[in-house]
Amino acid sequence: MAVTQADRIKTARNGFARHRLSWIDALPFLFAAALYSITSRYLPLGTQVMIQIVFAMSLDLALGYGGIDSLGHVAFFGMGAYSAGLFATHVSSDPILGMLVAAVAGALTGLITGPVVLRTRGLTLVMMTLAVATMLQELGNANAMKPVTGGADGLFGYKIAPLFGLFPFDLAGRTGYWYALGIVAIVFFICKVVVNSPFGLAIRGIRDNPVRMRMLGVHVTTRLVTLYSISGALAAMAGGLSAQVTKLVGLDSLAFLLSGNALVMLILGGTGSLYGAIVGATIFVVLSDRAAAVDPFNWLFVIGFVLILAVRFAPQGIVGLLTEWSRRAEARRSAK
Amino acid sequence: MLSVVATFAALFVDGVAYGMILFLMSVGLTVTLGVMRIANLAHCAFAMAGGYMAFALVQSGHFTLFTALPLAALATMILGAALERTVYRWVYLTGQLGQILMTIGLVFIIVATANLLFGSNLYALALPDWLSRSWSYGAVAISAYRVFIIGVSAGIAAVLWAVLEYTDFGAKLRAAVDNPRMARCVGIDVPWVFSITFSIGCGLAAAAGILGTQIMPLEPWYALEYLVPVLMVVAVGGLGSLKGSFYAALVLGIVDTFGRYYVPAAGAFVIYLAVVVLLLWRPSGVFARA
Repeated sequence: MAVTQADRIKTARNGFARHRLSWIDALPFLFAAALYSITSRYLPLGTQVMIQIVFAMSLDLALGYGGIDSLGHVAFFGMGAYSAGLFATHVSSDPILGMLVAAVAGALTGLITGPVVLRTRGLTLVMMTLAVATMLQELGNANAMKPVTGGADGLFGYKIAPLFGLFPFDLAGRTGYWYALGIVAIVFFICKVVVNSPFGLAIRGIRDNPVRMRMLGVHVTTRLVTLYSISGALAAMAGGLSAQVTKLVGLDSLAFLLSGNALVMLILGGTGSLYGAIVGATIFVVLSDRAAAVDPFNWLFVIGFVLILAVRFAPQGIVGLLTEWSRRAEARRSAK
Repeated sequence: MLSVVATFAALFVDGVAYGMILFLMSVGLTVTLGVMRIANLAHCAFAMAGGYMAFALVQSGHFTLFTALPLAALATMILGAALERTVYRWVYLTGQLGQILMTIGLVFIIVATANLLFGSNLYALALPDWLSRSWSYGAVAISAYRVFIIGVSAGIAAVLWAVLEYTDFGAKLRAAVDNPRMARCVGIDVPWVFSITFSIGCGLAAAAGILGTQIMPLEPWYALEYLVPVLMVVAVGGLGSLKGSFYAALVLGIVDTFGRYYVPAAGAFVIYLAVVVLLLWRPSGVFARA
């Protein structure tokens, strides 16, 4: 049977549809809301999960959709955390304004470093992303910057005003939980819009074949820098969220381990679907909360083995495995 | 005036010594990249493994720095060869992202092992008396240890160059770097050449790790700490180019040392700035062939 034009259009539509918003997307949020009404014991942990979900989603945008192998995504997280912390210390304690400032700081970091980093390819690009993060960490620790960043002590003791002027950030973390959930929803929505836009399609094209996209007249570097900045802004929102909810910004918000963790979350959950970020971050943070409390270095053993085994045996991640499984089940049903 | 010259000379020696250590560390990585296109981010972990092994040998009391050096380097070569035969077989099968993730996973495992065995303290190997002194000529003080590092590394570099240039194995390796497929076609066993080179690269990294402990002290996160400078050397030198790595390591070592001394406010940034400028000028490496 020949493949007709109509078939092709249908396949293309299905390809788009998989990335569109659907009713399933509401599930994680319903789950989070349900968790709130059942118990308040895990609210701080839930908030940490959501911070990492935002961070992992931003990385997925750059890495999973854009093919930018970034080992230095923590640079954006740290920029967001420090700018939100500094904004709260010196300018205004309004959380929404602080979040916007963090996002702008992240976008600017992407706009400034992007043209340099994305000019290179392959391992050089990986090195450049790593170098940017290391550079920012040294900047945060530099003696000259100590009056601003607080050096190794970091930023602390700043206040965050009640959300919308109505809901103060309480010790039990109720407001923080809902605030984080709201940010997750906003970031998820932004990611969906970006991915489904013509721009998102061009980005996926660049990931799969940059040379061909250039021949089609797409300005590859400009698109990549734009994506890098959007992803940077979202990662900075994760950092800003962390700064506002924990009221503490340390040098560890610029440490490599955070980049590494986000990569583990993505490979665990699966790249290029956004759901992988949600699943991976949830599993990773919940597990590491238990394990890292016992012994951080032995936890590192586990992360190392998981990375190697996951890449070897399940490179598509949990979400990828589930998708394949459901597709197979569907094929079996339609064969009957 | 004299003191300016003296500082300059001392800094120059420090910079060259640091550059030489970076070169020894980057040899294995650049060959891995050149021949197999493998992004082996675990390379510095071998330098750390060698350093810790030598440290353990010296601690046991039966060895000195110089008897421990060949033993630990040999042990690291065996470790490298063993990993290349096992875990790295998986690494070869995946794409770039997979390679990065797998080798980072390996780094995490080695970091955790180092912490388990040695704790999180900083260690440096003790130097014999004749190395811990320094020569002074008027205002110029030059550390014997730095000169020793330069001498030994230059010796190793010369041997490397001679092996590459004049031996059968060197010719095979050069062919494999330039064109792996063609090398296979003319009957060179590229995977075998590669395995040997990988192991030698691990040994050289170990030697650098052992010799350099006074400049780069051992600690569990060593494997990640020095990954960035080593990657910079490889990127600026051009992937697969030993000569490029050599020059790049010297330039970056000197620039970093001078930068930290003369512009303390900018501290470590001088080297990043230098790398950014160099790579903007020539994205595929300054010393790479066009």
